[in-house]
Amino acid sequence: MSAGRPSAEERPALHRALGLSDDELARIVELLGRQPNELELALYGVMWSEHCSYKSSRRHLRRLPTAGERVLVGPGENAGVIDAGDGIAVAIRIESHNHPSAIEPHQGAATGVGGILRDVFTMGARPLAVMDSLFFGPPDDPRQRWLVEGVVSGVSSYGNSVGVPTVGGELTFDPCYAGNPLVNVLCLGALPVERLVLGRASGSGNLAVLLGSATGRDGIGGVSVLASAGFSGDAGDLKRPSVQVGDPFEEKRLIEACLALLDAGLVVGIQDLGGAGLACATSETAARGGVGMDVDVSTVPRREPGMAPWEVMTSESQERMLAIVTPEAWPAVEAVCRRWEVRASVIGTVTDGGEATGRLRVRDRGTVVGEVPAASLALDAPVYDRPMRAPSELERLRADDPTTTEPPGDCGAELRSLLLDPSWVYRQYDHQLFLNTVAGPGSDAALLRLAGPGLPASERGVAVTTDSAPRWCAADPRLGVALVLAEAIANLACVGATPAAVVNCLNFGNPEHPEVMWQLSETVDGLADACRAFDLPVIGGNVSLYNETTGADIPPTPVLGVLGLVERVRRRPPPPALSAGSSVVLLGARRVQGVAGAVPSHPLAGSRWAVECRGRRHGDLPPLDPDAHARLTRFVASLVGEAVGQAVGEAVGQAVGEAVGGGDRLLDGVHDVSGGGLAVALAEMAVAGGVGAEVRGIDGHAELFTELPSRVLAATGRPDELCARAAAAGVPAEVLGTAGGERLVVAGLASGLVDLSMAELSEAMEGSLAKRLDAA
Amino acid sequence: MSARVGVVVFPGTNCEHDTVLALERVGAAASLVWHTDERLEGFDALVLPGGFAHGDYLRPGAIARFSPVMGAVARFAAGGGPVLGICNGFQVLTEAGLLPGALVKNRGLRFVCAPTRVRVDSDRSLLTAGIEPGTELQIPVNHFSGSYVCDPRTLAELRDAGRVVLRYVENPNGSVDDIAGIASPEGNVVGLMPHPERASDALVGSVDGLLLLRAMVTAAVAVRAA
Repeated sequence: MSAGRPSAEERPALHRALGLSDDELARIVELLGRQPNELELALYGVMWSEHCSYKSSRRHLRRLPTAGERVLVGPGENAGVIDAGDGIAVAIRIESHNHPSAIEPHQGAATGVGGILRDVFTMGARPLAVMDSLFFGPPDDPRQRWLVEGVVSGVSSYGNSVGVPTVGGELTFDPCYAGNPLVNVLCLGALPVERLVLGRASGSGNLAVLLGSATGRDGIGGVSVLASAGFSGDAGDLKRPSVQVGDPFEEKRLIEACLALLDAGLVVGIQDLGGAGLACATSETAARGGVGMDVDVSTVPRREPGMAPWEVMTSESQERMLAIVTPEAWPAVEAVCRRWEVRASVIGTVTDGGEATGRLRVRDRGTVVGEVPAASLALDAPVYDRPMRAPSELERLRADDPTTTEPPGDCGAELRSLLLDPSWVYRQYDHQLFLNTVAGPGSDAALLRLAGPGLPASERGVAVTTDSAPRWCAADPRLGVALVLAEAIANLACVGATPAAVVNCLNFGNPEHPEVMWQLSETVDGLADACRAFDLPVIGGNVSLYNETTGADIPPTPVLGVLGLVERVRRRPPPPALSAGSSVVLLGARRVQGVAGAVPSHPLAGSRWAVECRGRRHGDLPPLDPDAHARLTRFVASLVGEAVGQAVGEAVGQAVGEAVGGGDRLLDGVHDVSGGGLAVALAEMAVAGGVGAEVRGIDGHAELFTELPSRVLAATGRPDELCARAAAAGVPAEVLGTAGGERLVVAGLASGLVDLSMAELSEAMEGSLAKRLDAA
Repeated sequence: MSARVGVVVFPGTNCEHDTVLALERVGAAASLVWHTDERLEGFDALVLPGGFAHGDYLRPGAIARFSPVMGAVARFAAGGGPVLGICNGFQVLTEAGLLPGALVKNRGLRFVCAPTRVRVDSDRSLLTAGIEPGTELQIPVNHFSGSYVCDPRTLAELRDAGRVVLRYVENPNGSVDDIAGIASPEGNVVGLMPHPERASDALVGSVDGLLLLRAMVTAAVAVRAA
């Protein structure tokens, strides 16, 4: 019986087709005191989706510390905001666009950029920088190459055109992501403190004004059907119509129009339309403001005929904003929008809260077609305490450690296989617009001048980095995420910045799998503890669940965006490069501290070497000592900060604006030791500086490849002074060797480990990605 | 009195603020001109900055040439006024017929944002006047459609008349004859793909662009005096 329509019993109930469970339907009936109609059910379907309601993760996220001296806006709003000083606030947000990008990589990634920009300019901030963290399967497969090409071209075409530079990011290849790539996008913006606005409605009788694109059927069910379910078989292709299509030119005009409206004080509140479209924007602004809203779908400009009210309310058509405007301000709002060629339509009014909560009333040509308490959509979604369970094999997997069991091999060849130059990606991104990019892609962290149109003058800088290490988090989610935060802080230190705030994007598998919920819970605890240890608030985040393919979950992949501040930016920071004649100094402890013999001195578990060269994914991660890490990063940040803040002309013989060069300076180059360990850090610095080095006394392959945290490599012309200053700051420091010549030579205690020509290193690094991607 | 430079803004333009900053660094008084303005009195020079005018829809510059300001730009140029098109501005000038040839998609069909070295090949333009031919400058490019093409006769004319003002030392986009920038026969209209405003501050990598912008501002003041 394959032909014909399914019978009533075979046809799934409407609520289930909309992604709601039977229990959730019962809850809705209880809230309304009656059966919901189809429109109302559609509203709950999108608003109570995992994507919008965080129903599986919410009770865990509460454990993250969110308070801090500089925090102006914490989690729960469109973006987190901190006070950066000099009357400038910085807004930051990170979000995933994994599922759309898996299905339609170009548009999925493009609309990911568009969405994150709206989150930031909704707060009144001008978006100044984007970063992207991308995870794919190995590019030796045509489908992966299609995904990489599509995602990168999507970020490039949207970001470049909308006029926001993409200043950095991350690129990870791992077979675990072959079926479910991850695309996380971070946006940073800045605003004069007094322009800060929140997404809430107020004032009975005020107008709800829809700005931007016309509404179509694109993206209907994006949050529920797409983002809140896993992939199986070929279902991805069937879901392609749920992916939205971006128009960066519309967004560019929308940014300018909204910032002009906010500058002129013409709006009471403003909210972007992203996931769940009008349903989300109307109910969230009303719920936050404790008011109601009365909207008429017939007044919403349409892109296509015949749309039903529920389609208008849940469409995820891009480049739209909802502004709350007083009737008196409306003519002025219209004039601003006309100048920027942005469509503006009054689609409803704010109504009195009256009863305990305001109502969201949906009309079609005046007739009420649905009515629910606004807060019930936005705030009353169920919160699940899903079962969690540590993997049954945890003990066995922890014991399966490569440190002692994996024999050394050809270190030079293994080093070469770990080198990857991401410039193929970032050459496609405008990373220079606004003339703020002091350290851009390829640096440990991006360092930007804190400047932009409409901002008060300042010499301050803002640094930002995105970091992740699924290989660490898979081995130990709790310690793994702490190590990721530590690495982010070290990255910031290398451009002279002191960390100020954290945002996170938690990418996990199916929350209905107890092991996944255990990973999530462990990650939240690990992040919470680490944030407390480093005294950092989490000011925003996003959770992406159901990253699975045919039942296989991705490894736990928390991506952290960490924002840092620099007091004065007058010069470029020392690059992650060696310069001929300088000494190579390792700052930080060379081996695990503590009881000898209890822990290996150079753990290899979770390292790129173990995972990528040897296929070993388990074992005990190296420990993190937060106090030692804080001492090291504070020392490095102050050292680099000194160089960066030095007035031009203060040091003799220096190129204008450069803190680099020569061989007699305290800090010629600096680079944190992370993925690939000392070997990769040395090789990257050698290639960047175009000069080799000779390093001696390395304790075998383990010291070469361990990803023991809290280590930074420095190139210095004054090694004695550097080591003395480090000692005074309580930071271990040791000269490992000297930069110079045409080869990178690393000698062990007994025998040679690495001896590669610069040509071999450059060849392994430069163009390696381009070659793999261009392979037929 | 410093040169008064109008920086033309189309919807979708995004380098206008950077261009104003760089012009101010060489002593000009720069202000923004909206694309519907048709009066350009009071300016000594005009710059069409980079970006994506009208979203680059159809093709870069194809819609911008119909913006009301463009008639005034053409009259300004015809009167000998200095007009500089940077990147998207260069594309607009070719679409508007103020410069010959066209800019097509890069060789390799990818966007390129990277530092490039360019060589000044002629000093017979407002942008290069007074700069020794052969001078090499480091100025970044940032474009998808930056490959300059023209018919052989135009190319011969450009070469013979010293109207190829800048050439890439290493061609990033497949431009014919490594062309990075060209000038009108009178030298008062210039288009180039590299972004001199992005090489206007050592903090962001290079100051070489200031040399070109200073030449333009000097030329603008000279034109006004004449």
